[in-house]
Amino acid sequence: MNSVLKELNKQKSAYIFIAPSFIIFTVFLIIPVFASLYWSLTEYNILQPPKFVGFQNYINILFHDPRFWKAMANTVIFVAGTVPTSIAISLLLAIAIDQNIRFKNWFKTFFFIPSITSIIAISVIWKWLYASGKYGLFNHLLTSIGLPSVNWLGVTWTLPSIILMSVWGGLGYNMILFLAGLQGIPHVFYEAAEVDGASEWDKFRNVTLPLLRPTMLFVTIMSVISAFQVFEQVYIMTYNSEGAVGGTLDCALTIVAYLYETGFQRFSMGYASALAYLIFFILFIVTIVNMKIVEKKVEY
Amino acid sequence: MDIAEIKRLEAEGPGRPASKKRQQQVLKAFVYIFLMVGSFVMIVPFVWMIVTSFKPLEEINTYPPSFFIRKPTIAAYIELFSIIPMGRYFLNSLIVTCSITLANIFFCSLAGYAFAKHRFFGRDKLFLLLVGSMMIPWQVNLIPSFVIVKKFGWLNSFYGLIIPAMSGAFGIFLMRQFIMNIPDDLIDAAKIDGCSEFTIYRRVILPLIQPALASLAIFTFMGQWNNFVWPLVIVYSSKMRTIPIALSVLNGQFGTNFAMVMAGAVVATLPVLIVFIAFQKYFIKGIALTGLKA
Repeated sequence: MNSVLKELNKQKSAYIFIAPSFIIFTVFLIIPVFASLYWSLTEYNILQPPKFVGFQNYINILFHDPRFWKAMANTVIFVAGTVPTSIAISLLLAIAIDQNIRFKNWFKTFFFIPSITSIIAISVIWKWLYASGKYGLFNHLLTSIGLPSVNWLGVTWTLPSIILMSVWGGLGYNMILFLAGLQGIPHVFYEAAEVDGASEWDKFRNVTLPLLRPTMLFVTIMSVISAFQVFEQVYIMTYNSEGAVGGTLDCALTIVAYLYETGFQRFSMGYASALAYLIFFILFIVTIVNMKIVEKKVEY
Repeated sequence: MDIAEIKRLEAEGPGRPASKKRQQQVLKAFVYIFLMVGSFVMIVPFVWMIVTSFKPLEEINTYPPSFFIRKPTIAAYIELFSIIPMGRYFLNSLIVTCSITLANIFFCSLAGYAFAKHRFFGRDKLFLLLVGSMMIPWQVNLIPSFVIVKKFGWLNSFYGLIIPAMSGAFGIFLMRQFIMNIPDDLIDAAKIDGCSEFTIYRRVILPLIQPALASLAIFTFMGQWNNFVWPLVIVYSSKMRTIPIALSVLNGQFGTNFAMVMAGAVVATLPVLIVFIAFQKYFIKGIALTGLKA
């Protein structure tokens, strides 16, 4: 009897320990997940109670909403523009830093500073670098080497400008992950390759790359997921006096920017919830596909 | 192999042939050049931010743009703290960020301890739920969280900014993984001495997970200091703005006063930079360990 009571008491303290976290978890995550699933099937503007409309929101988004597809296309361009570039450069950086060189920590710090800086601060800094006319630093560099200046934040260039900035900002973070991966490769593999007379390139291709695959998978998935959700950069770079997000002609409207506009500027909460669930669904598929591709290749 | 070749090989001695050595030296030179050019590219925008923030207006609008300031001035900073209540925003950010960080350290370690060292009904299912929830993108719960906070009457308040972020699946997960490594003997010994569960947590667990707590604290601090979307959604009055919101408003309203906007960016960047440089060790280790960004 005593031991049962003691056991219960022990359980009680465990429940007390997890209680604060689980109250927050339930109220701000579990309930919201189901609430937005339900709202995605309704018309809801906060003021009136939600009105059930079945799959109408999803049908409207997928078949009658050109702005959704514009946002989708921009988002895919953003992901395709940032993820491979960032992975290639940050892998090179990680390999370079992993060599027997001096000032390692200095280099690491320099590359990592953008990753700790607020993306809002980065965006306003780059907006100034991209400034049109001759005062912008980038245009000054271009014209001083004889190239024409570019309207960086005009309709054509806004999205590429945001991509360039985002690649720059994400390098350090991916580099740290790759460094951790590189340091996990046992040195004997390189020594064995050297005995076999392998060149540096052979070692990279046949030792580093295959053994880095788990890191590569992780970095790819995380990069795709976070690139797909790009928002802050777009918000700052395309901000205009009317408060619209996405730029002239929606030139840089991304999915999350579109969701923000739908939910918090037009207060179509039902429609925005359906958008949120589509994002969830797409990211889920992306993750599964990514894992399948890499799983297949890992064979020794 | 003739005699001449053997002699040549002997002359080169053991170790790598000369050509290979030279190849490596060239490679190393390339590595240094690559890293130095890269570092330069990383640093220039920040230098440009600092330089611009100390320039008088007429120098910003002179051509060609220059990294050299002829008459450095702190006018932009004075404007920043007088035209808009930047001091108040800084305080708001500090209050929100510090409260959330302290709450996370406490609640996550408490829950992590329960998950790591206690047996209770539903433990594994709850933990799975917690880990699974990390896959849900934040867009999914943004709208309902907003509506719930609105129902509680917490819009535009510290409650709304702080309470929803006081604990998190990632933090609990991190804590649990660390606490699992603590030998059970230590906990049993404390129990034999008659310590209560909370005393064990405070006297045995907490001191042993200090490095993990430091990592969690830094992650949370940086993530919250830079958090933009949540305050953007729930704050509507000027006096409740946090630094990132203030910076975005600055960009909208004073977008052409680049000195003032850059001064704002400096103020937004400085605290995280200080925290980062002070605790760099924990931070980079923490990322490598968990792979999660703040």
